[in-house]
Amino acid sequence: MAEVTRGTRHGRSKMALLSALGMIGFFVFWQLLSMSGWFPPKYLPGPVTVVQTMLALSHDKYSGATLWGHLMASLGRFGIGFLLAAAIGIPLGLLMGWYRWLDDIVSPFFEALRFVAPIAWVPFAGLWFGTGIGGPTLIIFSGAFPPCLINAYRGAKYVDKRLLEAARTLGASGPRIVAEVLLPASLPSILAGLRVSAGIGWQSLVGAELIVVGSGVGYMMVQGQLNVDTPIVMAGMVAIGLVGVVIDFILRSTELRIKKHWGR
Amino acid sequence: MTVAAGPGEALRVARGSRPSRRVLIGAGAFAVAVGIWFAASATGLVSGGRFPTPADAWRAAQQIWSSPGYAGGTLWQHALQSSRLVLLGFAVAALTGVPVGLLMGASRRVDALIGPVFSLLRPIPPLAWIPLAILWLGLGDMAKIFLIWVAAFTPSVINTYSGVRNIDGTLVEAARVHGAGTRELMFGVLVPGALPMIFTGLRLSLQAAWTTLVAAELVGAFTGLGKVLSNAALDINPGMILFAMVWVGLLGAAMTRALEWLEGRALPWLK
Repeated sequence: MAEVTRGTRHGRSKMALLSALGMIGFFVFWQLLSMSGWFPPKYLPGPVTVVQTMLALSHDKYSGATLWGHLMASLGRFGIGFLLAAAIGIPLGLLMGWYRWLDDIVSPFFEALRFVAPIAWVPFAGLWFGTGIGGPTLIIFSGAFPPCLINAYRGAKYVDKRLLEAARTLGASGPRIVAEVLLPASLPSILAGLRVSAGIGWQSLVGAELIVVGSGVGYMMVQGQLNVDTPIVMAGMVAIGLVGVVIDFILRSTELRIKKHWGR
Repeated sequence: MTVAAGPGEALRVARGSRPSRRVLIGAGAFAVAVGIWFAASATGLVSGGRFPTPADAWRAAQQIWSSPGYAGGTLWQHALQSSRLVLLGFAVAALTGVPVGLLMGASRRVDALIGPVFSLLRPIPPLAWIPLAILWLGLGDMAKIFLIWVAAFTPSVINTYSGVRNIDGTLVEAARVHGAGTRELMFGVLVPGALPMIFTGLRLSLQAAWTTLVAAELVGAFTGLGKVLSNAALDINPGMILFAMVWVGLLGAAMTRALEWLEGRALPWLK
């Protein structure tokens, strides 16, 4: 916008070149820094070492499982917590959008709890549900729940009033309006909320695994940290980042497909 | 209306319900919940050990309120330590993130050069940096500030960047035509135009900073509210867990309010 090179073909290829330069520069700088001897290589492995570690981890076990095994453990917990958040948050949000008394009752609790970071639930999660499946699920739930509820609620609140009046005039009951008018009309908002909620849920899971859990990628990283095995820690970071991207990609393509199907 | 709500966002939207009725029902629901809590504890339905009773919470509050406190300090020492670190890390992140976002927004070249590297690192959640920060910097203040910077830098950059990008191109051209140099363009047009988005970014940054600090302190720290939480979890002291959680929420809310106040001062025309 602020420069003249916009849009011209010459400008575009130059920009691509700059991008490639930035990427290559980053990895070369990182590799050189790790080889420079300024930092002990134990603490700063280069990108090559990290990739080698990841490849080795895909068939060698570290602290009880391969990288795949740890990822599966993490994804299982994430799936349960996320589905639970969606299964409770979306219907509750829609109902709150229709029934004002429910809105008035739930809102104050929601407002009071929203400033408590999901990760602060870790001690209670462990105490109430143990550190296996239940505890981490509560933490993912507490991270993933608010966006589900807020977006369903907002979607329901912004529904075209004429649609509601039409449905009422035709004699539709409250539950039917929620299911057949509010739900489809707020679908775009709900889907956007699901993406946010998956992102926060995945991030909360990582936090939970760092603190209370005996398996999963977060646990693997903590073991790497305790053994001063920096390549393991970095491999875990890369794996977590990649899975996050894949989850977001899946949700985004689902969102696009549903929107297309519903003609929006 | 497909704008997704970010973490920790308020539920409220504009609506017609009379406020007095809302407050009444809300307060009533709260009172009922607290009443159930007291009744369940009094009848022994909820027994101490796993779930806090009002007596547990009161005892915990008394214990941590005055010296020697709990987990190595009084409530004030823990709260002060946590707030100090958050504000420090947040300041560093804002002072680095906003300029980077401005540069990326204003210059296609800078955007092309560092944008891809930025998107490469962005998917790694801030909490995933905790083990690395401990390896590199230990359990002290530096590690916490580094982590908060990692967490708070990204929202500052992204929102500043899109704030600049969303400025009406006509405004920029008009300023150019009237002979504005790079500096006038930056501080006279781009910064004021992007300011609402910059504040949105700062708000998200502050929330990320607070969440990350609490997590980092839970993993390992010498003082701080997260340290209180982790100690209380080890001691199986539900009253203390509850009390520390309340304070995590209160401090988070206070910081967000302070930033909103600042926003109101900086952007009076939006009110």
